Amino acid sequence: MKDSFILSRAGRLLFPLLLLLSLLVLYRGHNLPGGGFIGGLLAAASFLLVGLGDGMAEARRRVRIPPAVLMGVGLGVAVISGLFGMLGGAPFLTGLWLPSFSLPLLGTIHLGTPLLFDVGVYLTVIGFVLHTVFSLADFGWAEQDEEEPG
Amino acid sequence: MSGLLLLLPLLLPLAGTIVLLAGSLSVGFQRVGAVVCSGLTLVASLVLLVAVDRAGILVVQLGSWEAPFGISLVADRLSAVMVAFSALLGAAVAVFSLGEISRRRIQRFFYPLYLLLLFGVNGAFLTGDLFNLYVWFEVMLIASFVLTALGGARAELEGGLKYVILNLFSSALFLSAAGILYGVLGTLNLADLAVRLEASPDPGWLQAASLLILVAFGLKAAVFPLFFWLPASYHTPPSTVSAIFAGLLTKVGVYALIRVYTLVFEPLFPQAQGLLLAIAVLTMITGVLGAAAHFEMRRILSFHIVSQIGYMVLGLAFFTPLALAAAIFYIIHNMVAKTNLLLISGIVIRLQGTADLARVGGLYRSAPWLAVLFFLPAFSLAGIPPLSGFWAKLGVVRAGLEGGWWFAVAAALVVGILTLYSMTKIWAEAFWKPRPEGALPLMAGGVGRLGWMVVPVATLSVCTVALGVFGEFLFAFSERAADQLLSPQEYISTVLAGRGKE
Amino acid sequence: MGFLVPILIGVLFAAGVYCLMRRSIMKLVIGVMLISQGANLLVFASGGLLAGSPPLVPADGQEPVAPFGDPLPQAMVLTAIVISFGLTAFVLTLVHEAHEAVGDDDTDAFRSTDT
Repeated sequence: MKDSFILSRAGRLLFPLLLLLSLLVLYRGHNLPGGGFIGGLLAAASFLLVGLGDGMAEARRRVRIPPAVLMGVGLGVAVISGLFGMLGGAPFLTGLWLPSFSLPLLGTIHLGTPLLFDVGVYLTVIGFVLHTVFSLADFGWAEQDEEEPG
Repeated sequence: MSGLLLLLPLLLPLAGTIVLLAGSLSVGFQRVGAVVCSGLTLVASLVLLVAVDRAGILVVQLGSWEAPFGISLVADRLSAVMVAFSALLGAAVAVFSLGEISRRRIQRFFYPLYLLLLFGVNGAFLTGDLFNLYVWFEVMLIASFVLTALGGARAELEGGLKYVILNLFSSALFLSAAGILYGVLGTLNLADLAVRLEASPDPGWLQAASLLILVAFGLKAAVFPLFFWLPASYHTPPSTVSAIFAGLLTKVGVYALIRVYTLVFEPLFPQAQGLLLAIAVLTMITGVLGAAAHFEMRRILSFHIVSQIGYMVLGLAFFTPLALAAAIFYIIHNMVAKTNLLLISGIVIRLQGTADLARVGGLYRSAPWLAVLFFLPAFSLAGIPPLSGFWAKLGVVRAGLEGGWWFAVAAALVVGILTLYSMTKIWAEAFWKPRPEGALPLMAGGVGRLGWMVVPVATLSVCTVALGVFGEFLFAFSERAADQLLSPQEYISTVLAGRGKE
Repeated sequence: MGFLVPILIGVLFAAGVYCLMRRSIMKLVIGVMLISQGANLLVFASGGLLAGSPPLVPADGQEPVAPFGDPLPQAMVLTAIVISFGLTAFVLTLVHEAHEAVGDDDTDAFRSTDT
C-alpha cells in the first residue's frame, strides 16, 4: 500500500475522538440506541484507521494489550457482572443498580451490572475485531504495512 | 443454591477459557489450567447428575426474566447424564492431550478453544430454548472449526473447509426453522412451544419447520444422506481433537433430535416415524459399509461413528419407553467407547508413525497392554457381552422386536456383525500380523509423555467394562430418563412455573 | 412494502444455493453468507413487520404505545448477525489459508481427504 499523507494525518487526529465517541456510545446504550457491541466496533475501527494510515505495527503498538487478552478480560468482566446478581440469591445475570446520581454535563447517571456487562462486551468486541484483522494482515493481505517504521 | 449447581458445568469451562485466554501463554500454565478446569467441570457435573436424579428437574431463568421471555437453563435426567459424560470425556481427553498437543498448537490458543468447546456442548445440553440452542451450537462449532484447522496443514484445512461450510449451511437451516416457528407460534422456549403446538396446530408450517430442523440436526448428527463431511474431516486433526469431536459433537445432534421430537414435535411424530426409521437403517448400513472399504484406522472409526449414530436414531424412531432408554444408554456407551478408540489410534500413531493398517503391525508383541486396552472398547462397540455395547444393542433390538419392526432389527444385527468384522480387521492388521516391510521407523515421534496418553485410555476402558458390568444400574437410570422424556408435563410445568405468579 | 421481504428472503436463499453449487471456494463462502443473511431476515420478519413503531417506553409512561414491533425477534436477529459476522471473519481466513496451502480455488483440487 502506498503511503497516504491524508489518511495518516486524519487517522492520528481522529483516533482519540473516535475512542471517546465509542465510550459515549457504550454508555448511552442503556437508554438510547448504542451499547457495548457498537461501541466496541467503533473503538476497533479507530485502531484500524491508524493501522490503515500508519501501518498495522503502529496500530498494534497503540493497543498495547494483545487482542486475545482483551477478549479474555472482556469475557471475564461480563461473567463477573452476572455473578453480582447471584450474591443476592437471584439467578445468574440478574440486573442490579446503584442509586442514580447527577453529574454536570452527563446528567443523571445510572450505574449497574448491565453497564458492567456491556463493558465486557465492549472489550471482547475490540479484542475480537483486532485479533481477526491483525491475523488477516499477517497473511500478507496488507503486504508492505508491517515493514514500515511505526 | 440449585441455580449454582446448574450453572457450574457452564461457568467452569467459561472461566477456564477466560483465564487461559487472558493469562500467560506458557505451555505449563495452559496444560495445568486445562486439566484442572476440565476436572472441576467433571466433579460439578457429577454433582448435578446426582441432584437431578434425586430431586427432579432443575431450572434457572437467567437474569430473572421469566420463561418464555428469558433464557431458561433446564437440567432433566437426559441433560444431566449427557453433561456428566461429556465432562468425563472432556477430562480424559484433556489428560491425553498432554502427551500429544504440540507447543505450537498450545500457543495458538488450543486449550482456551478446547474449554470453549466443552462450554458450548454443555450449554447445548442444558438450554431450554430453541434459539439459545442455536447460539450454543454456534459456540461449539466456532471452537470446533478452529480446532480442526489449527495446525494449518493442507489436509486439516481441506477437511476443515468441508466441515465448516456444511455446518454453516445446517445452522442457517436451523435458524430459518426457528424463524418459522416463532412466526407461527410466537415463542421459542421449548416448554412453551410444546404447550402452544398442542393448542393450535397449523400443520403445514409446523411440518415444514420440523423437517428443516430434522435436516439441520441430522447434518450435525451425521445421518444418511448428510454425513459426508464427517469421514472427510475427522481423520485430519490430531487424535485428541478427533476423539473429543467423535465423543461429543455428533451426540449433541442426536440429543437435539431426541429433545425436540419428545418434547416439542411429539404430535407430529407419527408422520416423521417412517422417515426416521429409513434414515436410521440407511445410516447404520452405509456407515458400516464405508468402514469396511477403508484401511486406515481413523477413517474406519469415522465411518463407525456414522454407523453407530444410526442405532441411536433407531431408538428414537421406535419411540417406546424401552427404545428411548436404549437410545440414551447407547449414546452414553458410544461416547465412551468411540472416544477411547480414537485415542488408541493416537497412541498407535505415536508408536508406529501412522494409523494406516497396511503399514503398521506387531503391536500385540510390542505393546500387549495396548492390545488389551483396544480389545475392550472395540468389542464393546461390536456388541460382545458383557461389555456395554451388548446391553445397548440388546435394548434397541428388543424394543424393535416388541414393536414388530423386523426389517430394522435385522439390519441392526447385520450391522453389528459387520462392525465386528471392522474391529477384527483392525485387530488382525495392527496387532496380530508382524510388522510389514517398509513400515515407518518405530517411535519416530519419541515416547516422551506416552504415560499421559495411556492413563485416560485405560480409565475409559475400565469405564466401558464398568458400564457393561453395572449395565443394569445404568439401564434403570436410562429408563427413568426416558420416562421423563415421554411424560413432558413435569418439564413444562417446572420451566413455566413463574408464569402463574404474575 | 411488506411483500418485498419474503421475495428478498427467497432471492437470498436462491442466490446463496447457486453460489454453493459453483466450483470456486470463494463462491462457497459468498453462498454461505447469503444464505445466513436470508435466514437472519426470515427471523427478523417472523415477528411481523411494523414500520416506525419501536418497542420503546416513552419518557412519561410505563408501557410502550400500543402498536409496537415485537422486540424478541429483533434481539435474536442481532445475536444471529453478530454470530454470522464472527463466522464470516473466520471462514475468510480459513479460505485464504486453504487457498495458500492447496494453491487452487477450484473445489476439485480439495479432494485429498475425501473417501
